[in-house]
Amino acid sequence: MGLLTFSRGGVHPPENKISAGKKIEFAGLPEQVIIPVTQHLGAPSKVLVDKGAEVKTGQLIAQAEGFVSANIHSSVTGKVLKVDSFPDTSGYRRTAIQIQVEEDQWAEGIDTGEELLETIEGTSEEIRNKILAAGIVGLGGATFPSHIKLMTPKGKKAEYLIINGVECEPYLTADHALMMEKSKELIVGIRVLMRGLGVEKAILGIENNKPDAIARMTEVSASDPAIRVQALKVKYPQGGEKQLVEAILKREVPSGGLPIDVGVVVFNVGTAYASYLAVQKNRPLIERVVTVTGKSVSNPSNFLTRIGTPASYLIEKAGGLPGDTAKVINGGPMMGKAVSNIDIPIVKGSSGILIIRDKEASRGEVQPCIRCTKCITVCPMGLEPYLLMTLAERAKHEMLESNKVMDCIECGSCSYTCPSSRPLLDYIRLGKAEVGKIIRTRKAV
Amino acid sequence: MNKLIVSPSPHAHSSESVPKLMYGVIISMLPAFAASVYFFGISMVIITGVSILSCILFEYLIQKYLLKVKPTHLDGSALLTGMLLAFCLPANIPFWMVMIGALAAIGIGKMTFGGLGNNIFNPALVGRVFLFISFPVAMTSYPEPGQLMKYTDATTGATPLGVLAEGIGNSTAGEIMAEVPGYMDLFLGKMMGSAGEVAAFALLLGLIYMLVRKIITWHIPVSILGTVAVFTGILWLANPDSYADPLFHLLTGGLMLGAIYMATDYVTSPMTKKGMVIYGILIGVLTVLIRVFGAYPEGVQFAILIMNAFVPLLNKFIKPKRFGKEVQHG
Amino acid sequence: MSQIIIYTIVTLVAIGAVAAVILYFVAQRFKVYEDPRIDQVEEALPAANCGGCGFAGCRNFAEALVKAETFNDLFCPVGGNDVMGQVASILGREAVEQDPRVAVIRCNGQPEFRPRTNTYDGALSCAVAHSLYTGEGGCPHGCLGCGDCVAVCDFDAIHMNPLTGLPEVIDEKCTACGACVKACPRDIIELRKKNKKDRKIFVSCINEEKGGVARKNCSVACIGCSKCFKVCPYEAITMDNNLAYIDPVKCRLCRKCVPECPTDAILEINFPPPRVKEEALTTDDPAPGKTESSNENTQKD
Repeated sequence: MGLLTFSRGGVHPPENKISAGKKIEFAGLPEQVIIPVTQHLGAPSKVLVDKGAEVKTGQLIAQAEGFVSANIHSSVTGKVLKVDSFPDTSGYRRTAIQIQVEEDQWAEGIDTGEELLETIEGTSEEIRNKILAAGIVGLGGATFPSHIKLMTPKGKKAEYLIINGVECEPYLTADHALMMEKSKELIVGIRVLMRGLGVEKAILGIENNKPDAIARMTEVSASDPAIRVQALKVKYPQGGEKQLVEAILKREVPSGGLPIDVGVVVFNVGTAYASYLAVQKNRPLIERVVTVTGKSVSNPSNFLTRIGTPASYLIEKAGGLPGDTAKVINGGPMMGKAVSNIDIPIVKGSSGILIIRDKEASRGEVQPCIRCTKCITVCPMGLEPYLLMTLAERAKHEMLESNKVMDCIECGSCSYTCPSSRPLLDYIRLGKAEVGKIIRTRKAV
Repeated sequence: MNKLIVSPSPHAHSSESVPKLMYGVIISMLPAFAASVYFFGISMVIITGVSILSCILFEYLIQKYLLKVKPTHLDGSALLTGMLLAFCLPANIPFWMVMIGALAAIGIGKMTFGGLGNNIFNPALVGRVFLFISFPVAMTSYPEPGQLMKYTDATTGATPLGVLAEGIGNSTAGEIMAEVPGYMDLFLGKMMGSAGEVAAFALLLGLIYMLVRKIITWHIPVSILGTVAVFTGILWLANPDSYADPLFHLLTGGLMLGAIYMATDYVTSPMTKKGMVIYGILIGVLTVLIRVFGAYPEGVQFAILIMNAFVPLLNKFIKPKRFGKEVQHG
Repeated sequence: MSQIIIYTIVTLVAIGAVAAVILYFVAQRFKVYEDPRIDQVEEALPAANCGGCGFAGCRNFAEALVKAETFNDLFCPVGGNDVMGQVASILGREAVEQDPRVAVIRCNGQPEFRPRTNTYDGALSCAVAHSLYTGEGGCPHGCLGCGDCVAVCDFDAIHMNPLTGLPEVIDEKCTACGACVKACPRDIIELRKKNKKDRKIFVSCINEEKGGVARKNCSVACIGCSKCFKVCPYEAITMDNNLAYIDPVKCRLCRKCVPECPTDAILEINFPPPRVKEEALTTDDPAPGKTESSNENTQKD
């Protein structure tokens, strides 16, 4: 099949995949780690350890609380220094467990070997339980607890598993590196997810700027007729799950719905790899690949990082903070979060640390909307960002809802394009938050 | 090292900017400007210069002293309005009338509504219509092309559309066509008309430039020109003696200028592609109605202003195609 | 010519007359009875339509007043006791007096006390900045300085001071309508009882973090040490979540708490400077911070 893509909108930011081709490198153990209890969508986990406790690598230290929640495991061996509030990416303080790091001693029952284990044992339910136990959440950034996604709600049927190997954000190359170096494990991970979900067909979507990954994954999946690789045109936000489902299967997820409404479940390649480790090796989610990159960074890399490692530690390993740094982003340039403090910990959803130089960091001066319609042209969800911004500024919540503000995926294409440098997404997010509150109150009544 | 900068995402921006768009339009108008200077000589240079400078000056004065806000006269939009205004005036119009037109365009057409981005009506057309109604004689006597060194003293005549309108009761369309310049002359611009509207080919070059640079899309110009061609085509086929052929209508009057530059003005045109097509079709219909059945020989200026008033309505009811159907609540 | 004029005049007059008759009958047929007292009450109200009463404009408030049995929960902050008295006499009910109030900004995080550790480059809106992060000063409860409170004031009573990055209330213009209180995403602004000579004593901090954490960001933060609470003779101060709060009604403006505060978090506004005692002059460090800040505050008018 030729190159597929989504039908509406999209932009083409410069790719800047500076760290592409860099082999995954273990970042090493920092002196201390800070492991937050909210690294996932849903309820914060319940802390199981106290100050002074000795913990082993892979040991459960916080338990999923409630239905939508996830387990959290210690990513290191060491002593718990304290359980207190520490600043997260936003600077606001949240409960986290601070551990003084010692040499690795893995918890019992975990297979730390490198051998590829291809035979998958267990029923769908057993696999789901293993994934729940291992604390697997969506590693693409949304961090939704994966075991829940594997349970199809009543009345819906899962037909396809789509694996997201798109990595449409500029600069980030973690998923690319995984596909190149862990391709065989990834295939087993995909099969694990297929069994957990109960589907017979899986499609791995990869953007065309990674021809080596497309070739490698096609080669490795050739023997399995259930898994196929689909090459996609390079266009942001191809990695958004709604856009991905539309591009590959030509099915549109309904407004306010989920991919399961059209018979699909989407997982990131990182999640698929973590699922392999969880089910085949009993390894809980304690580390992930993080791209550290930026035009002035001396050693841009893909680091295999233990959860809780401070971002500053990774930045040092990448050559230190460059002198012309203006912004440090947790994530990619389109949807990542700018931090005010570089000691914040790497969490399950951290896909990259991007350092932006001062000449590229400032927003332009805000000018009035000239109604050029470019924001409408680029919006992948068919919305009208210029209108949503004005409605959000004036708190017109009813009109925001009727103009589908809740459909916004916050991809940033509108703000990226606006010739008047208007802070479209800033206000749209505000509008979404307010309308979201109103909808939740309405549902509760 | 300086303090870190914190802002919401996205943290990157495309190369799009307002000056890039404005100057892109101005560059696309250069072929038409060159053609006008070729036909009308020094008078074109004078009225364009006066128009641009007056628009910029009035925007500055109004913003600084009347509205007491930060003046934005140098952002390119006043310059563009000045050029467009000059293009739709007869080249022999006295400079003080040009200044009044500029005041109407900027003061009434733009500033009273709230400045850049807030106006409902195309400012250049507001200026033109204001002059048209205030000085009907000066605005309907056009200089003959070729008088390069003459300004207000140029010899004048009627435009091809004017000749058509006058003559249609007494002679057939065919006979009138013999009196006006031939198609090639009309295409190249060798006719009486407003300074910038005569040279169809130069305007079309500008359109191609803007389409390539993605400054505008094809929807509005094609809808307007297409509708005019179809509507006049139907009339002409029904009765070739009473109506001029579509090619004549496309090449004469302010239609090209209106379809390519006036109707495509960002601020006053619809926000969705579907809305733009409807807007263009209705402008075409109104233009032909005024030209053929109305009191004026040319209708584009009024057609566009009337449709400008409908744009908020078009924006309210025509929404882009949303992604995903509404979820049925079970 | 004159015939046309006559015909025109006659036709227009006839149309006008017919229309007037039709309109009269239609108006009578569809007349809605409204209590005439609503109009009278509306006349007495200040017509600011600011929503400070909690209703949608002055007319809506007038309707509610006419319907209500007592005025216990109904008060116009802009008109104050004068206007409510007038309304009471129009409706023949008892006036319920309320102490006039004024908006107070409970944050003193100027760059000198709360250094800016980063630069905010997002949309100029406190709501946006608050949902994004803790702010340029790092304190999660501190003023963000983008001016949502200034934008929403109908009475021109609050302005941003560009040097301090904090809003300042003009007491004479403030009507205590509450718009700025609602606009602030961090609940920094409070409506407190107005005292004579516009004197105020309040804790200029709402930070609930532990003392050490709060101090890291701002040198004039309340650290919850309770020294003020211990010294107040009128039990006007309460401690909750590492934060002191001075009840504006119980406080008698005795100023005993102000010098007690080790971080100068309690501000006294519009008081004369305290008499400097003889002993204080001989010590090395006669608490210059306190007198200086109160001097600064008395100069603020």
